Amino acid sequence: MSTTTGRAPIVEARDIHKHFGHLHVLKGVDLRVVEKELVFLIGPSGSGKSTLLRCLNRLEEPSSGSVTVDGIDMLDPKTDINKARQRIGMVFQSFNLYPHMTALGNVMLALRKVLGLGRAEAEAKAQAALDRVHLADRADHYPLQLSGGQQQRVAIARAIALEPRVMLFDEPTSALDPELVGGVLAVMRELREDGMTMVVVSHEMGFAKAAADRVVFMADGMIVESGLPAEIFADPKHERTRAFISQIERH
Amino acid sequence: MDLFLDTFFNWQIVQEAWPILWQGLKATLLLSALVVPLGLLGGIILAVLTTFPSPWVKWPLRVWVDTFRALPPLVLLVFIFAGLPFVGVDVGPWGAVAIGFFLNTGAYYGEILRAGIESVPRGQLEAARSTGLTRGQTMTYVVLPQAVRNVLPDLISNTLEVVKLTSIASVVALPELLFEARQAQSVTYNATPIMAAAVAYFILLWPVVRLLSRLENRQLAGRG
Repeated sequence: MSTTTGRAPIVEARDIHKHFGHLHVLKGVDLRVVEKELVFLIGPSGSGKSTLLRCLNRLEEPSSGSVTVDGIDMLDPKTDINKARQRIGMVFQSFNLYPHMTALGNVMLALRKVLGLGRAEAEAKAQAALDRVHLADRADHYPLQLSGGQQQRVAIARAIALEPRVMLFDEPTSALDPELVGGVLAVMRELREDGMTMVVVSHEMGFAKAAADRVVFMADGMIVESGLPAEIFADPKHERTRAFISQIERH
Repeated sequence: MDLFLDTFFNWQIVQEAWPILWQGLKATLLLSALVVPLGLLGGIILAVLTTFPSPWVKWPLRVWVDTFRALPPLVLLVFIFAGLPFVGVDVGPWGAVAIGFFLNTGAYYGEILRAGIESVPRGQLEAARSTGLTRGQTMTYVVLPQAVRNVLPDLISNTLEVVKLTSIASVVALPELLFEARQAQSVTYNATPIMAAAVAYFILLWPVVRLLSRLENRQLAGRG
């Protein structure tokens, strides 16, 4: 773990439990992500990886435990959660672009209403964000006029325009046709090269091998093991991990 | 045949009654311009309140909406106008109509908008909140615009009903179109003013009916 020592943690989750009624979906999970690190969360469906991700920006309320992001206690009732969320970008499986707004409008909304920027400044920032995802020429398109891959890149632009300290990706390519996956992964790789801290829930094992600093394998609401991509993929310690990886790689 | 034309389509009577009918028509338009926004306001408040999961909000709201949907609007209006003065609350005809429509049509608009809000996928709300928008901002800029668009035909249809329903204000002697037509009828001793009022309503509302049909067809086509 030499790559992660000595740098300040951006995300620190401790002993996270989450219950949905009788379901115990997170059973005491710890996650520490340092600056500029790209952590990949993998695991079978129902393992709790998406729930863990959603606990980090409190879209999901953990039943117990602590979450600190960029020094802010996310679960403290005194924390202004809306202010804290500005620092945490999130990208969803189903894009969730606002269908009644153009690509530019999607990116501008939070710049205007959350950061309180004036129209001209918000527009310039939004345009720059769209440029970073290579969609500057699609600024006036509505989501329905864009391909799934383009929509997901607009969603990334919407998040990075707020200049977050960390980006959370919840299965960003799972809803995409195979030929559109590459464009989204390329943008994510560029973000990584620019030094963005990222936590990614995804089944894109090729991308994990090439770009991740660390891979965390989860099953049944617990972290089974965690390590460098090479370790996890080539030489997993646990039987669960081995079974999962061989199953994924058969596809 | 002559009797029929004389009784319902008497041009001379129309000319005589026109000034008073015109006053009534203007009052109906003013009344609509008052009660439609009031009802919409009530509806938005109710619909937004229904998004709060607390049972302390949910159940009183349910009782409220059910009550004012079940109560005949005419009964409600007469109660406010003629019943409340017994306990010293006399709001007059305009006040009674404003309150009655706020309660009654607000409940209907509220149910329509609630369905609209529920039709907006949860992911929209999550995406908005994840960027730091507050609950209120998310509602205003993300959820409500989509909700309104999704139930626009129902909103227009209800508005049509509300404008027609303003004719019950005649019961509390508010001088709107129907009230004035009946005045003219009793003065002229002829049914033509009633027919004229009916034609006025038709001219006023038919374009809205056409618009509604087009919207409904477009929505059907959009689903296909």
